[in-house]
Amino acid sequence: MRLVLPLAVTFICGMIMVLQFFIPHRPFSSMGERLTDWYMIVASAAIFLGAINLIQVHTARIQHRLRNWQYSPVVIIGFFAMILAGLFWGVEDGRPFDYMFQTMIVPMGATMFSLLAFFVASAAFRAFRSSNWRATLLLLSAFVVMLGRVPIGDVLWRLVPGAAAGAHPNLVNEIAEWLMQVPNMAGQRAVMIGAGLGVVATSLRMIFGIERSYLGGAE
Amino acid sequence: MRVSLLAVLMLALPGGAQPPGTPAAPPGQTAAGPVGPTVASVVDLTAVDTPNDAGGSIDLAWGLSPDGVVPDSVEILRTAGDSTVSVAFVPAASGSYTDEGLRDGVSYAYSLVSWFSGSAVGAGPGATAAPSAQWINTGRIGMLVILVLLSSVILVYIERAKRGHKLYIREIAGLSAVDDAVGRATEMGRPVLYIPGIMDMDDIQTIASMVILGRVASKVAEYGANLLVPNTRSVVMSVAQEVVKESYLAAGRPDAFRKENINYLTDDQFGYAAGVDGIMVRQRPAAIFLLGTFYAESLILAETGKSVGAIQIAGTAMVSQLPFFIAACDYTLIGEELFAASAYLSREPKLLGSLKGQDSAKFVIMLLIVLGVAASTLGEAWHPAVKMADFLRFLTHVE
Repeated sequence: MRLVLPLAVTFICGMIMVLQFFIPHRPFSSMGERLTDWYMIVASAAIFLGAINLIQVHTARIQHRLRNWQYSPVVIIGFFAMILAGLFWGVEDGRPFDYMFQTMIVPMGATMFSLLAFFVASAAFRAFRSSNWRATLLLLSAFVVMLGRVPIGDVLWRLVPGAAAGAHPNLVNEIAEWLMQVPNMAGQRAVMIGAGLGVVATSLRMIFGIERSYLGGAE
Repeated sequence: MRVSLLAVLMLALPGGAQPPGTPAAPPGQTAAGPVGPTVASVVDLTAVDTPNDAGGSIDLAWGLSPDGVVPDSVEILRTAGDSTVSVAFVPAASGSYTDEGLRDGVSYAYSLVSWFSGSAVGAGPGATAAPSAQWINTGRIGMLVILVLLSSVILVYIERAKRGHKLYIREIAGLSAVDDAVGRATEMGRPVLYIPGIMDMDDIQTIASMVILGRVASKVAEYGANLLVPNTRSVVMSVAQEVVKESYLAAGRPDAFRKENINYLTDDQFGYAAGVDGIMVRQRPAAIFLLGTFYAESLILAETGKSVGAIQIAGTAMVSQLPFFIAACDYTLIGEELFAASAYLSREPKLLGSLKGQDSAKFVIMLLIVLGVAASTLGEAWHPAVKMADFLRFLTHVE
């Protein structure tokens, strides 16, 4: 029963979701929506599991003075400060919860996001090192695309005698667009088609109970 | 009846009533204006049952006569039996409206009234339709055919695998390196960090990631290393705890399972990135798995992992994040390889069969693409090829 029940639930729910995609008639149309609503209810209720886990893990760290335990009080104090501010004063604009969110959470998130600029630079440096012909090709393509995306690319091109009055005064931008829309798009679509097939195969394996490792590898 | 009388009165008394949002006609003006610009008439009203729906709605469409100015709005009147109601006022130029909340099988008659400068200026033609529900979405028949074909191919290969046919599966470097990565972490006495993406369990990539987590956890339990799984969703955390626990149990190491190592951090995207970065910097894992759905945090995580010297195996079907993983990680599972990982790692014949079927389906799709391109190109000069192109377009078109 421990194995049959989850497999049966997976099969029934999976088949309902497949059928409701192709059959617009009731009850199938409403069953898909109903299952999605149920998932939202389960996910919303499960937030308490996450909150309890967070408190348990950090309380245990403080209790046992585990390595780097000093960060845990900050987490717990921050957690309860936000909850209590929301419970007592609401979450509307200008209230303590909103103040903490706007002046602490948002800037901290933006700080993390801005780190991306530095990481892009270091990753690009590694990717564009022309160690072989493929990396060199990537480097050249990236150079043209970057040049084509800023006005200076075409300005430089128009310095070439006859280029400004020619048929393609924005040649660098046109080449950059072509690189993005043709070879790049073809590669992306190939990945997406492959991933789509992977999704179908994975879904079939799970709906028909062939893939069971998510049940702990039960046979 | 009251509403239909009201409509007649509105038509009979220009400027006497206004639709919501329509300015009143200035004093001294007639319905058509001071001298009265000619207002275009509503023509060609059609009412049809909304196709491919669960019933209860009718699609209306109309045009405007080419002469005269466009009316400000059009009032839609619906008659069922002897009762007429005003359904809505819509911009005349919109040309269409879907009337919802109707009863299936009941015949509804529609008529349109044009409004200009706050006055009703004329009634348009009428049309009748009855809503009904459809049992099959005709816009998705092509997809249904393809799905049935793909599923059949995959199931055939699974059956062949069950009967003991030898199946060749190409080597996927990133998956072959899983053993090395876990072994390295064991030898160095450092943990293995598994990041299942930032989406919830309703995302297929997260589900695939949980399946791979089970395989990785088995290796970790077997080798005796330490596994950390920080999560951004509570449901994913609960599933991950169960998956890892079962894997440890199956590997005969239930005592080594540490529930607190599979923990919840936050639902916030960059808060999660900060938390995981902190774990990487403080605990310095020797092996990092980034498998699932990732967005802008992908490079932040992968570059931090690179900086602590971990061997990194990433995998996602998010096309926009793949370049970042390829640049920053040692191995990257691209798109379909993420979904193939479980079968590849387990080497179970049934799962390998599905993988082989997936590859064959890919070949069929490549063939369809080549045929479609050839038919479209040839169709320019040879008309019969257009039929083939249209058929392939029908197959691949999804509403």
